[in-house]
Amino acid sequence: MSKIRCALIGSGNIGTDLMYKLLRSDVLEPVWMVGIDPDSEGLKRAAEKGLKTTAAGVDGLLPHVEADGIQIAFDATSAYVHVENSRKLNDLGVLMVDLTPAAIGPLCVPPVNLAELAGDRPMNVNMISCAGQATIPMVAAVSSVQPVDYAEIIASLSSKSVGPGTRANLDEFTYTTSNALEKLGGAKKGKALAIINPAEPPLIMRNTVYCEVEGTPDQAAITASVKAMITEVQRYVPGYKLVNGPDFDGNRVAIFLEVAGLGDFLPTYAGNLDVMTAAAARTAEMFAERMLDGTLTLPKPEMAQ
Amino acid sequence: MTKSPMDGMTVKLHDMSLRDGMHAKREQIPVEMMVKIAKGLDQAGVPYLQVTHGAGLGGNSIQHGRALHSNAEYISAVAEVVENAVISVLLIPGMGTMAELQEAYDCGARSVHVATHCTEANTSPQHIAFARELGMDTSGFLMMSHLNKSEGLVQQALLMESYGANTVYVTDSAGAMLTHEVTEAITMMRDALKPETEIGFHGHHNLGLGIANSIAAIGAGATRIDASLAGLGAGAGNAPIEVLAAVCDRMGIATGSDTFALMDLAEDVVVPFMDHVVRADREALTLGYAGVYSTFLLPAKRAAQRFGLPARDILVELGRKKMIGGQEDMIQDTAMTMARAKGLLNA
Repeated sequence: MSKIRCALIGSGNIGTDLMYKLLRSDVLEPVWMVGIDPDSEGLKRAAEKGLKTTAAGVDGLLPHVEADGIQIAFDATSAYVHVENSRKLNDLGVLMVDLTPAAIGPLCVPPVNLAELAGDRPMNVNMISCAGQATIPMVAAVSSVQPVDYAEIIASLSSKSVGPGTRANLDEFTYTTSNALEKLGGAKKGKALAIINPAEPPLIMRNTVYCEVEGTPDQAAITASVKAMITEVQRYVPGYKLVNGPDFDGNRVAIFLEVAGLGDFLPTYAGNLDVMTAAAARTAEMFAERMLDGTLTLPKPEMAQ
Repeated sequence: MTKSPMDGMTVKLHDMSLRDGMHAKREQIPVEMMVKIAKGLDQAGVPYLQVTHGAGLGGNSIQHGRALHSNAEYISAVAEVVENAVISVLLIPGMGTMAELQEAYDCGARSVHVATHCTEANTSPQHIAFARELGMDTSGFLMMSHLNKSEGLVQQALLMESYGANTVYVTDSAGAMLTHEVTEAITMMRDALKPETEIGFHGHHNLGLGIANSIAAIGAGATRIDASLAGLGAGAGNAPIEVLAAVCDRMGIATGSDTFALMDLAEDVVVPFMDHVVRADREALTLGYAGVYSTFLLPAKRAAQRFGLPARDILVELGRKKMIGGQEDMIQDTAMTMARAKGLLNA
């Protein structure tokens, strides 16, 4: 069976972890890895796995897009460079899956809106943030039962799993995740907090989701909805687990989660990488399946904006 | 009596009653009380006073409690009455944002503590640079300093200095540092940082060392000390500012503040206003002993009550799990897991 050929932009933690997931895909084939540091661990690993590599940034990839038949690109750089990267690749007819907090395209959390998104034929989809991928399914699970006035999430990440890009741009993480709690989670107001914990051995990613619902919480229905959604997420993130809750205190629902990774690039504590890269891979696979069966055709380069 | 070796030194006091003190009041300080205390501090000659939610900008949340008023309302009200003191705010990246710092500035704040965990200074470059762009007095604030070695603290301080911080703090958030540790960290920082970069110390009184550690910090080269009226702050509180001022007077360290006025403010206004006596009670002492974030005190007591566990056990477990400032959600999570293990909670 043929596969859709892909490029990975950004050779840091996220890009490298994603590469391992794509190498296992039935419908995606990673062909290029793009970095800016020739000595980066990610580029070395990509070369070992037989990918073509460039350390010249996205401009090093552009001349090869057509000849190598690249149809989907993943951007794991930063919100600041993403806008240009996306424009350049969209111009060449390449669909962009955005793993930065730039959020210039529609937001995507697979179990929440992936099916719906497919019909819209976007050329850029945004994966929000690791915390967003881990928590929005829970907010959506609660808001599917009754209206959520306010959703607040706290993501605790191990220090070793948080790369320099995220560290230098924490505000973008905060804004993008808070916004997505509203847009996709269905909360009237969203707030995201991130904590980076340096403990050794590193702690597994934890996420706490608080929802304040309108009226008295329907405990049985919310509990059932949360548990069903956990099963959905576990399909692509097997280490996604409910530790405590849902706990009900007045109109407040508290859900305590743990996300263990598969250990593809960083060890299993870095579930924050996996939840993001698995969601991106899942999203791209859905588009790839539709490209392969002919239900989705990307615009020709000369027609693309 | 021999003259104190610190005779002739100068230190700038930075009051925390209206920020760290918010923790001890469950974020429920009415704006009128803030104004009254701020006015008193200003008249007593305290040069800096911090005003925000206990967790700083962006702190209003389920995680950290909701204050009676927004940060903008508190800062604006205090800015209106303060004549000489500089109003400062706390900003923890990952919670507070540059948009909120801009808002605080617009309300009258002119100084900021940009706080990170003591190993994560590189989450602060955006916020420190932005504060300097606004022209604010900018401190890098290395929380939970007891969890890093002195050499490590120096490296983190150098990073914050490189981002533009004009002061770097050793921040003993857990009230767990011993006096010789404070001396060592600050002495090493003083050697490594540029001469024009100031060093600060923020203590908690959980082991009863709030004043002793502050004096040690001054002796090692710190020129800014955080303290609060009657110690109003998280855990067993901060170094009590009136006690610190009195000790400084006796040692010949100039604070520029009126010690008697601070004593009056502490005794007549702040102590009667406390919800509980801020002291090293069993649980607060446990914080210092086990190295746990001081702010965990009251939420741990609440979780203890709800799930039928001793608060001390919860705090010790949080210390064992190496939870840090900002992980208040893990208090309930830990309590629930412990309660289930004891058969107090259904699976």
